[in-house]
Amino acid sequence: MVSEHTTNAAEDVEMSQYVADRSRVNEEKIKQDNEIISQFGDYSYGWHDSDAAGEAARKGIDENVVRAISADKHEPQWMLDMRLRGYKAFVEKPMPSWGVDLSGFNADDFKYYVKPLKEQAKRWEDLPDDIRNTYDKLGIPEAEKKRLVSGVAAQYESEVIYNSIRDDLKKQGVIFVDTDTAVREYPDLVRKYFGKVVSPEDNKFGALNTAAWSGGSFVYVPKGVHVDIPLQAYFRINTPNMGQFERTLIIADEGSYVHYVEGCTAPIYSTDSLHAAIVEIVVEKHARVRYTTVQNWSNNVYNLVTQRAYVREGGTMEWVDGNIGSKATMKYPACILAEPYAKASTMSLGFAGKGQYQDTGAKMIHLAPHTSSTIVAKSISRGGGRSAYRGLVKIVDGAEGSSSSVVCDALLVDDFSRSDTYPHVDVREDDVSMAHEATVSKVSEDQLFYLMSRGLEEKEAMGMIVRGFVEPISRELPMEYALELNRLVELQMEGSVG
Amino acid sequence: MQHTLEIKDLYASVETKEGRKQILKGVNLTVHSGETHAIMGPNGSGKSTLAYTLAGHPKYEVDSGQALLDGVDILQQTPDERAKEGLFLAMQYPVEVPGVSMTNFLRTAKTEIDGKAPSVRTWTKDLNEAMKRLRMDPKFAMRSVNEGFSGGEKKRAEVLQLELLKPKFAILDETDSGLDVDALRIVSEGVNRAKENTDLGILMVTHYTRILKYIKPDIVHVFADGHFVKTGGPELADELEENGYDEYLPEGSTESALA
Repeated sequence: MVSEHTTNAAEDVEMSQYVADRSRVNEEKIKQDNEIISQFGDYSYGWHDSDAAGEAARKGIDENVVRAISADKHEPQWMLDMRLRGYKAFVEKPMPSWGVDLSGFNADDFKYYVKPLKEQAKRWEDLPDDIRNTYDKLGIPEAEKKRLVSGVAAQYESEVIYNSIRDDLKKQGVIFVDTDTAVREYPDLVRKYFGKVVSPEDNKFGALNTAAWSGGSFVYVPKGVHVDIPLQAYFRINTPNMGQFERTLIIADEGSYVHYVEGCTAPIYSTDSLHAAIVEIVVEKHARVRYTTVQNWSNNVYNLVTQRAYVREGGTMEWVDGNIGSKATMKYPACILAEPYAKASTMSLGFAGKGQYQDTGAKMIHLAPHTSSTIVAKSISRGGGRSAYRGLVKIVDGAEGSSSSVVCDALLVDDFSRSDTYPHVDVREDDVSMAHEATVSKVSEDQLFYLMSRGLEEKEAMGMIVRGFVEPISRELPMEYALELNRLVELQMEGSVG
Repeated sequence: MQHTLEIKDLYASVETKEGRKQILKGVNLTVHSGETHAIMGPNGSGKSTLAYTLAGHPKYEVDSGQALLDGVDILQQTPDERAKEGLFLAMQYPVEVPGVSMTNFLRTAKTEIDGKAPSVRTWTKDLNEAMKRLRMDPKFAMRSVNEGFSGGEKKRAEVLQLELLKPKFAILDETDSGLDVDALRIVSEGVNRAKENTDLGILMVTHYTRILKYIKPDIVHVFADGHFVKTGGPELADELEENGYDEYLPEGSTESALA
């Protein structure tokens, strides 16, 4: 029952400020909902383009494949060494015995490097028609034209095929390029940070990424520069059995601010694809970074992602993480609060529909005094889907005056779906404040009846309840993404009422 | 325009742990536009079951009978269809819907009931004025539906919906319960306004007589053991005030209704 729903601290933040935005979103929604729903089928990104590069690519990985990727990119020796370290760790580490079901996972089933174009396009018009069409359908060039974003990166298979940034930001010294380009053009900066937040030996799929990485974004925001409008990255898998291993590194120098938003989609295939990314973020003193994901992979994609931020004194890191798609997701955005007064929050939403397992959560590691963290994790399960919150809050001895708050809310839409909570807390300091709340609720007959007795059809009533449940997350998104998230949730809910 | 709600020989049951139990046992009632009927009775007599059965709560199953709203049997309809037909139920325990703002909810409901979105300008004005009349803080519209509302706020929110959605018939299920005197007066004024403005027909389900001081009934019914046992004018309420429901209770029952 939703009467068990408890308000959380994050919901109280900036009430008045978001209210105006929210009502705009809602107004928009009412207008657009029916139109949108009738437009799309169950999964609206399931098309695929013609595929010469994908067909030519070989499957499987070994040391020669790793060396070949590095050679093709003309990388320096240190990067090849790092890849080989990653490969070694990948081979040596066992498969995780917890989390999603990986029994059907075979690393030799995937293509590790698919290069769709010889070189990055300078303009959208320069892309081959079918790739261009894909991005048009996703609305990416349109968003850029309307200046809803201040920079765009579009990754297709293994490569970033288009990357741009507003001139004024470039002039202020903001760097936003694909990571391959960054290795060539900013070798010192990349070498200083690459693999420092997530080491090659960190975890099995992180190690695989280190071995096979290609593409992803490199962002550097100089001291004091505020990037007012988000940078957007869009990740698209096209070929069957693709393994996409983008590698993103964001460095926010002292007092700077940037918001990076990523979206992900893929065609529907009967065989599995793999997305194993690493995102490393360094938040320097008093800087603030927000990293937003609206993940909508098709239901044949393993999404096994490592995201971690290192936060220095007075810095703020915010993960906003919407996991709607994929076959199985394991993803626990982490923050290392390394210096005093560092702050972090993770707001995540997992939606597990039929055949999906969303194993998501957050990790907060408090290493310094007066650090604070907030985790708000929401999940929805329906159609037999399974979602889990898996989190770690660690406060070391000496991190006095630190605080952490964790709120997990799970919503079950029917009687045969599942939700689990695995909260781990490891506190070695007395002078801290820790709060943890977890609720599991069901969409109740009474809620549906209440809304229906006010004229809403059952489907609409169900949609309203679920949208309300995700509202604390969707309100954190830029408006277009809030609409997108609502729409995706709505699509996921299709067929949920009989 | 004159509307009629005609309940004919209604029997309805509910599933309980002990099995299926019939609660409504032959209810007959006719309500016209502009009439206010008080439905009074002891606890457990089935008053609320009647209210929820008419509105279509899935917990209650109709065994036989009809409820004709201008000739259409609403018992064959889903709750939203009944609402669109012009029936409104002000609930005793309105349900919380976290994350859905009152303003979004009200506007969606209004759009559904009317079959078209209200014009933005009139709607905002109507909403603000209705809230003001019910002494509701404007911030109220931004709060989640019923979430964290006090008892009085919930009842006001129900009457706010009644005023905005403009149904033909309203069932008020124990709308007076849990209200202090001031709140009772404000809520009652709202109901009376709705009646005045839209010639609303009212079925007021209540255990106590005190709300009848504010909302004057034309007809008073006593409901006991699943059906109406007595019908009279306003004077019947005074009689109940005096004597309680004792004479309508089954043998051996010790309830003192007006305690």
